[in-house]
Amino acid sequence: MKLDARIPSGPLAEKWDRHRFELKLVNPANKRRFRIAVVGTGLAGASAAASLAELGYDVDCFCIQDSPRRAHSIAAQGGINAAKNYQNDGDSIWRLFYDTVKGGDFRAREANVYRLAQVSVDIIDHCVAQGVPFAREYGGALDNRSFGGAQVSRTFYARGQTGQQLLLGAYSALMRMVDVGKVSLYPRHEMLDLVVVDGHARGLITRNLTTGEIRPWAADAVVLCTGGYGNVFYLSTNAKASNVTAAYRCYKRGAGFANPCFTQIHPTCIPQGGPYQSKLTLMSESLRNDGRVWVPRRASDSGRPAAEIAEADRYYYLEERYPSFGNLVPRDVASRAAKKVCDDGLGVGPEVLGQRNAVYLDFAASIERLGAGVIKERYGNLFDMYERITGESPYTAPMRIYPAVHYTMGGLWVDYNLMSTIPGLHVLGEANFSDHGANRLGASALMQGLADGYFVIPATIGQFLASQHRGPITTAHPAFAEVEAQCRAQTARLLGLRGKRPVDDLHRELGRIMWDHCGMARNAAGLAQAIGEIAALRERFWHEAAVPGSADELNPWLEHAGRVVDFLEFGELMCSDALVRDESCGGHFREDHQTPEGEAIRDDERFCHAAVWEYAGPSAAPVRHVEPLTFENVKLATRSYK
Amino acid sequence: MRVKLRIWRQSGPTDTKAGLRDYTVETDEHMSFLETLDVLNADLIRKGESPVAFDHDCREGICGACSLVIDGVPHGPRAATTTCQIHMREFRDQAVITVEPWRAKAFPVIKDLTVDRSAFDRIIAAGGYVSVRTGAAPDANAIPIGKRTAERAFDFAACIGCGACVAACPNASAMLFVGAKVAQLALLPQGQVERGSRATRMVAQMDAQGFGGCSNHGECEAVCPKSISLDAIAMLNVETMRAALERA
Ligand SMILES: Cc1cc2nc3c(=O)[nH]c(=O)nc-3n(C[C@H](O)[C@H](O)[C@H](O)COP(=O)(O)OP(=O)(O)OC[C@H]3O[C@@H](n4cnc5c(N)ncnc54)[C@H](O)[C@@H]3O)c2cc1C
Ligand code: SF4
Ligand code: FES
Repeated sequence: MKLDARIPSGPLAEKWDRHRFELKLVNPANKRRFRIAVVGTGLAGASAAASLAELGYDVDCFCIQDSPRRAHSIAAQGGINAAKNYQNDGDSIWRLFYDTVKGGDFRAREANVYRLAQVSVDIIDHCVAQGVPFAREYGGALDNRSFGGAQVSRTFYARGQTGQQLLLGAYSALMRMVDVGKVSLYPRHEMLDLVVVDGHARGLITRNLTTGEIRPWAADAVVLCTGGYGNVFYLSTNAKASNVTAAYRCYKRGAGFANPCFTQIHPTCIPQGGPYQSKLTLMSESLRNDGRVWVPRRASDSGRPAAEIAEADRYYYLEERYPSFGNLVPRDVASRAAKKVCDDGLGVGPEVLGQRNAVYLDFAASIERLGAGVIKERYGNLFDMYERITGESPYTAPMRIYPAVHYTMGGLWVDYNLMSTIPGLHVLGEANFSDHGANRLGASALMQGLADGYFVIPATIGQFLASQHRGPITTAHPAFAEVEAQCRAQTARLLGLRGKRPVDDLHRELGRIMWDHCGMARNAAGLAQAIGEIAALRERFWHEAAVPGSADELNPWLEHAGRVVDFLEFGELMCSDALVRDESCGGHFREDHQTPEGEAIRDDERFCHAAVWEYAGPSAAPVRHVEPLTFENVKLATRSYK
Repeated sequence: MRVKLRIWRQSGPTDTKAGLRDYTVETDEHMSFLETLDVLNADLIRKGESPVAFDHDCREGICGACSLVIDGVPHGPRAATTTCQIHMREFRDQAVITVEPWRAKAFPVIKDLTVDRSAFDRIIAAGGYVSVRTGAAPDANAIPIGKRTAERAFDFAACIGCGACVAACPNASAMLFVGAKVAQLALLPQGQVERGSRATRMVAQMDAQGFGGCSNHGECEAVCPKSISLDAIAMLNVETMRAALERA
């Protein structure tokens, strides 16, 4: 597997401009001769499909939900970063770049991150022009807040529904292109596999989720925007349909999978309420701007109501341990700190599965300082959501929070043009590995998804089409029938299972293994054990699972079973990656690599690289390649938030 | 806690034997309503029976996928709350709860509790956007927008496209949904250029998709999980009138 990142030469700040000048262009009249398949309609997919169609390409656009507007991006709450420096507080493209590289614990490419910071300013302009109702100041200018460990206010937001408003903007752009006939939309269509001909991506196979029809699509280029794989843990903040299938099938067809073990655990989620829990709900970390995190100082107090615990007996562990960042330390740091106090017996709330896994996020001081009205204005909808789920009001009692799986930094490997190791297959948004290294900062996924879709792929796809594209193809090529037959066989096999257990049960079992051994804290023995357990579970799946219904109807259980089959293989790849990466970095915390205070220790000598896995067939171990990372503009430093 | 669910079962769009069927489920007051359906479905699968199909995704009240009529009310008993955010603490032990799909000509049933809402996408495609090409935007702060205007636009933009308004309306009208989008963009400077054609085209598409007219029942506002106000409909009427005068 060749890993040429195609990073342009020249000074960092000039790379993207220079690259855009050097990229090959497709003549305007020729663009309509190309059909591009965009899979996914989240921020990345909707923005890419709309922008490519505006350029003149014909686009086929697919998604799982009944409408493109419902993609998982809709749920993002907190905000989107941009280096506008509207607050005049010292922000700049360089600072956003630096913060993001450092936040990612020096495991992302400098050139990509710099481009992201550059493009961030254009995103805000474009979204405002679409009618996205961002928060405003009284004078009419855009408002900002500081978010996710940043020391400047660069986050743009739309109440607690930023993802919704950005996605509805992208969706409206997409629907405009549907209106003019440049995008053909296929909701309730799931991509089951990629069709590769002579090493190039030439199309895909989908299942129509309403009718069950399985059919091939030819494409001149495939743009995969299928989101992250957090649901490998079963419980996560991701929407229920989020999955790894499309990305994993591409991996099995030859696309390198980079850093699969890099997972983000978000510190502020509503704790699990019981064994039946079907998903976890995020409480935006913007809450940490005004909420103070604490637990009782003594384990003997952990069962008592918050109100009965005197101020002196409260342990504000983030403020004490990290005086300069306090409650705003990065996500990985905050999550591990919460796990530690709970493991030490200081957790609060009801016991679930034998432990109190929650810490308080307390607004009493802010309510006293600012008044309940201001707090309501800032967080009203989040407080309401919390109250709906837990039956408790954060205005009168502190919230209970606990970390949950939230985002996956790993993804298909892409070069600077966002092309995978399979020519013609481009990967955008959370589905790729590109910009967040080992840890993503708050408000930067929305930025990356939209940067990829609105501004990067429209510029870079021409390079592939103009220089590497192999000419027209139709689904009459035998490769399509072959892959289609494999998809049908898989469907038949699943429906033929004679077990008794709902797939959901087996998925939960996988999630538990992943959370215990490949979650917030990892160690070599646990990972090795997990690999064994996953292999055994995979084996049992085929004996124990029951998949009801038939192939030619709406069948959510068949859909889910197909996704779980891929998670069962993918989970093992994640554990292998975590096992080989014998260092701690960002969200990847190996217990054997920490300071006495519990901070992560990186090993830049051995692991300053992206690990890229190549599929080697069903019975061989995948091959690990590396893309070395070089830092010419920032100094590798130990992250310190003290 | 134990409840009896009377659920609409329909094997496909043309099932002539569709109807309500009774199920008993063991649940817990902390569980969500959809988690109770999950438990029921797991039971049905274990027993080799056909589980109940329903739409859902985010399960946190924002994607607009969930869509159940619970005891005759779209999204169930709690105001300003989607189906997925309803918890069992809203119900009594031993309650009998009726669960049905959205019912409207423009939202045909696909299976059980799942309906086809693609008509909403077709309405948005008929002008529910600002025609701005990627790359063509001025600086985001070039046009100031008053805080109050932005807030009002947001109130309308909060629509999640669930379709409860249609399901609640005796005429199956989509005026609240359409009004919300038209009002959002009519309030913002960016929406001005296409203001008239947007309202006219979206309303025409709404009619073409088979949604009914509005006769001021107000049921839509009452069930809307995002509290979109009837002002949206008033504004839509003003906008269409304004567009007609402009054309005259
Ligand atoms: C609760 C929550 C809050 C968040 N808040 C923030 C925030 O405040 N700021 C921030 O920057 N980030 C936030 N994030 C992260 C951010 O929302 C996501 O990383 C981002 O939206 C992902 O966008 P995407 O376009 O890559 O993928 P998604 O939005 O996940 O879209 C995936 C698309 O692919 C489709 N798809 C998937 N598989 C297939 C298949 N096999 N066939 C066909 N279609 C398929 C889906 O239908 C969907 O349309 C948050 C995430 C969560 C979970
Ligand atoms: S107006 Fe309300 S009820 Fe109607 S689609 Fe929008 S959110 Fe749903
Ligand atoms: S499942 Fe998303 S709003 Fe209910």
